[in-house]
Amino acid sequence: MESASIGATYGGRPALGRPPLARLPDRVLKWGLAALAAGVLVLIGFFFVRLYIEAKPAFDRFGYFGFTFTNNWDVQGNTFGALPLLVGTLITSAVALVIGVPVAIAAALYTTEFCPSRYRTVLASVIDLLAAVPSVVYGLWGFFVLIPKLRPAEQWFSDTFSFLPFVGGHVAGPSYFIAGLVLAIMIIPIVSAISREVISTVPTDHKEAALALGATRWEMIRMAVLPYSRAGITGAAMLGLGRAMGETIAATIVIGNAPVLGKSLFDQGYTLAAVIANEFGEAASDPLHRAALIAAGLILFTLTLIVNAVARGIIVRGPAREEGAASEAFGATG
Amino acid sequence: MTTLTAISGARRRADLMARALLIAGTAIAVVPLVLILFYLLKRGIGAWSFHFFTSDPTGRFFGDPGGIRSAILGTIEMVGLATAVAAPTGVGVALWLTEYGKASRFATLVRYFVDVLTGVPSIVFGLFIYITLVLTGVGGSFAGWKGSVALALLMLPIVTRSAEVVLELVPSSLREAGLALGAPRWQVIGRVVLPAALPGIVTGVLLSIARAAGETAPLIFTATIVKASTYDLGAPMNSLPAQIFSDVGQAQDRLVARAWGAALALVVLILLFTTLARLLARRSALR
Repeated sequence: MESASIGATYGGRPALGRPPLARLPDRVLKWGLAALAAGVLVLIGFFFVRLYIEAKPAFDRFGYFGFTFTNNWDVQGNTFGALPLLVGTLITSAVALVIGVPVAIAAALYTTEFCPSRYRTVLASVIDLLAAVPSVVYGLWGFFVLIPKLRPAEQWFSDTFSFLPFVGGHVAGPSYFIAGLVLAIMIIPIVSAISREVISTVPTDHKEAALALGATRWEMIRMAVLPYSRAGITGAAMLGLGRAMGETIAATIVIGNAPVLGKSLFDQGYTLAAVIANEFGEAASDPLHRAALIAAGLILFTLTLIVNAVARGIIVRGPAREEGAASEAFGATG
Repeated sequence: MTTLTAISGARRRADLMARALLIAGTAIAVVPLVLILFYLLKRGIGAWSFHFFTSDPTGRFFGDPGGIRSAILGTIEMVGLATAVAAPTGVGVALWLTEYGKASRFATLVRYFVDVLTGVPSIVFGLFIYITLVLTGVGGSFAGWKGSVALALLMLPIVTRSAEVVLELVPSSLREAGLALGAPRWQVIGRVVLPAALPGIVTGVLLSIARAAGETAPLIFTATIVKASTYDLGAPMNSLPAQIFSDVGQAQDRLVARAWGAALALVVLILLFTTLARLLARRSALR
């Protein structure tokens, strides 16, 4: 590519070639940029190794399995088992998915299939704005507005439906449920944005064919739109799950920070990310505690890596355009 | 066959139901945004005053709690430095992917890992920088520039991915025209490809700035939360999100009021960048 050699030579080099010195900037640029790209890979590898080394004391002391699945996070007793945190992370993200994903998909379907095209971009950017609100502001709002306002409704629900599993008893202010609800709001923009992009790749032919056969709008969505975009939407939900699991500050503020296994959805709990943010200050002087927190971070890192890798796999398998759309929406949230 | 059969009642009802549900879902998605903005304005604007923006937090238990000057300054300084690192690096990686790597196996791998990076929780970046830079005591313990590095790591994949999308959109006929005129690659990239993609790249950078400005988790491990204003990136540094986080934890009305005021300021700052990014994206012919 640099110098297409053409038959004639001049002074030992192709007549149309560049002198070696003039070709230098090209090489520098090419290898410089390649080094940058390789740097990204090295970085992730380094990341993992360093986290592992620092977490090792905790794993050595309690064992990999023991640390991850023991229900005993006792800072005073210097005993660390991350089960309550792991369970907290899983419960809150599950609540977030159950509430957030249907809402996000409904919004995406309405925006792409029903909304008058004039208002489409406006509606889409309004929902995207949810992503512009920082985590700490969600936490602030959740703590001072959502918790007091929702408490009576939660208590009523808890009393009325106490026959359901994980419901009933006294409603704590900050709880798994509130944290899940806040996380649900936080994942709506990313799930909705990716779903929207995926849905807009459904060929018009398919949709028109359904309508021409006499389908109503909803039947058209069910028969043409949803089957075509199912993979992409699933991937979007998985990415939302990854987000919800890694969300730190909002969860820290509204989950109550109690390192125990709550008995109901309305009990206080803890998540992997929240414990790191919260106990980090006091752990600075205690190597084992610090190692335990870093180990919690490593578990979180691994969990989100798996979820994201699976999500990526699902989305990439869909039509080619979806990937670009997904990664765009990927970056546009926070 | 000229008569059309009417749609049966059941099907019509199902259609109506579905429409109603979708509208309800959309409304539910918008409600939190409205509520958050409402409460931010209601509780935040009251805290705003000249004094609020021009004084540091005092940390006094009684009396004047002070304002958020150090937090605003810290956020601007740290995000500024982070942008200065992440924007060129991210664009560089994107350039390599579109101009050299293309569909090669290594490029696919890099692309995959850039995506993986976007999914890494921000607190893990914070932990990583804490381990590698703070614990090891490179240049003191907590420092503003370490916060910047954590933010830069977070911004890097966002910049790379958005830049790559825009660079892909530059028509290859432009590159070929440049090369055919005898321009070396680096000139084609510098004079043709980059200028054509610039508005889109800037949009991506602005969005990454908006994201980084709101991040708390990576900063509390790296730059920590302090009170005084400083221009020294080698010293611990305050930031808006960290300040809000620390104020929320205090059960004092004055501090909570400051948290709302700071939150409003932060959201206004982020919306500014997001809106700017949107406008630029609309201007850009490539998007």
